[in-house]
Amino acid sequence: MMSQRKAIVVDEKDNVASALANLNKGETVEVTIGSIVYKIQLISDIPFGHKFALKRIPRGEYVIKYGEVIGRASRDIEVGEHVHVHNVESLRARGDLQKTSL
Amino acid sequence: MEILGYDRVNGVGVRNYVAVMATVGCSGDAAERIVQIYPKAKLLVHLQGCAQTPPDIDLVEKVLVNLALNPNVYSVLLVSLGCESVDADRVADKISSVKNVEVIRVQERGLSHAISRGSEIVKKMCDEAEKVSRTKVDFSNIKVAIKCGASDSTSGIISNPVAGRVADMIIREGGTVIFGETTEIIGAEHILAKRAVDDTVARKMFTAIEEMEKRAMSMGVDMRGGQPTGGNIKGGITTIEEKSLGAICKTGTSKLVDVIGYGDVPSKRGLIFMDSPGREMEALTGFAAGGAQIILFTTGLGAPQGFPIVPVIKFSGNPEVCARLNEHIDVDLSPVFYGRESLQEAAQRLFNEIIDVAKFKRTRAEILAYEKFFNIYVKGPVI
Repeated sequence: MMSQRKAIVVDEKDNVASALANLNKGETVEVTIGSIVYKIQLISDIPFGHKFALKRIPRGEYVIKYGEVIGRASRDIEVGEHVHVHNVESLRARGDLQKTSL
Repeated sequence: MEILGYDRVNGVGVRNYVAVMATVGCSGDAAERIVQIYPKAKLLVHLQGCAQTPPDIDLVEKVLVNLALNPNVYSVLLVSLGCESVDADRVADKISSVKNVEVIRVQERGLSHAISRGSEIVKKMCDEAEKVSRTKVDFSNIKVAIKCGASDSTSGIISNPVAGRVADMIIREGGTVIFGETTEIIGAEHILAKRAVDDTVARKMFTAIEEMEKRAMSMGVDMRGGQPTGGNIKGGITTIEEKSLGAICKTGTSKLVDVIGYGDVPSKRGLIFMDSPGREMEALTGFAAGGAQIILFTTGLGAPQGFPIVPVIKFSGNPEVCARLNEHIDVDLSPVFYGRESLQEAAQRLFNEIIDVAKFKRTRAEILAYEKFFNIYVKGPVI
C-alpha cells in the first residue's frame, strides 16, 4: 500500500500530503495523486506523520485532507511548507471567537 | 457463526468476573483492599457518587447498574460508604433481577469489618463463578465497542480504517458495534449523517455534537490543545476536523441505526453511536456500561489503558510505536504501513484476534492489569 513511499495523499481533492518518514528541508518528495506522480520540494523539515502543502494555500483558504475541510490557512502557505497549528486554524469549537456579552 | 461464551439472562459474556464495585469515591479504598485479598475479583472504583446535582447522581446510579449488568460479570459486591448520595440499595435492586449482588457498608462497622465481611462474600462468589462454564452461543450476541486514543496521523490512514473494516465484518455477522467520542465527530458529522437510518437518528447525532461543541465553547477559548490533545498535535494532527475525519474511519460503512446516551444499553443491533467524551477513562466506562464484551482500541502514540471487566484490544499502524511499546500492542499493523498487507487482510487478522480474545486469549492490558483508573462521565459540578 505505502511501501517505500515518503508521503501519502489520502484523497485526490487534498491540498496537503502526510509524511511517512521524517523528511528534510530541501528534499524532493514524490507524491502520487490518482495515477499522476508529482514532485514537491520541501521548504521545511516535515516530521513523521505531519503535513506539507501540495500547492500554495493563501491565507483564509481551506486546507483539505480526506477530501474534506480540516481548517483554514491562518497565513499564506507555500508549496512544500510544513502545514500545522502555526499556519492552520480550526473552524470549529472556537470559543475564543465568540462575542462576549456584558 | 458460533463462539463459546457465558450465556447469561441478559446476554453473553466472554469473561466470568466477580466485580467489587464502589458506589462512591469514598468507599474505593475498602473495595480495593477486598480485591487485594481476592485478586481474581475485579475492582471497579471511581470518583463519583456524592455531592453532585441530582441528574448526575441518577447518571452515576445508571452507569453503576449497567456496569454490573455487563455480561462479562458473574456477580457483584457493592461497597458503599453509607452516607453517599447514590442509593446503594436501589442500585442493588436493579442488579438483583439479573444476577447475584450483595452490599456492604464501611460506616456500619468500619474498614476492618468491611474487608473481612467483603472478602468472605467475594470468596463465595468466586467459588460459585468457577462452576459456570462456557457454552456455544451465536456471535450475534457480541457487542464490540471501538475507540481511538492517543491518535496520530497513522490512526486516520491505517488503524482506524482497519477498525472500520472489522466493524463492517462484525455487523455482517449480526453483531453490534458501539462507537462514541462525540467531540471527535465535530467536522465529520455531515458524512455520518448520510449513513443514519432515518432523520430522527441523524437529528439525535447532530444534537449531541452541538451540545458537546457548545460546552467546549462556553469556556471562551479555542479548544485546540484540549482537542486535539497536545499529543495528537505532536503526532501531526492539526485541528479537531482532521482528528474527526480520521476517527470516523473506524465506524466502517454500515448504517447508523441508533444514537444512545452515555452508559445506555443499545436496544438495537448494528452500528450504534453513544454520546460520550473522548477521554479514555470516561469513554471506556460508557462502553462497558453499554454492555460491550470486547473493546477495540486503535492507537497512534500508544495508549496503554484497559478496563477491569472488558478485554481491550490495542492495535496501531505506527511501526516505531509498535516496536517501542510492544508490551502494550496486541495487534501490530505495521505490515500495512510497509505495504506488505492490505487493510482488508489486516482487518481479518484483527477479527481473528477478537475471536481468540473471546475464547481465551488475554489482552496486553489484561496481562499488565492496566485498568484501575477510570471514571464516570458527569456533566455538572461537584457541590
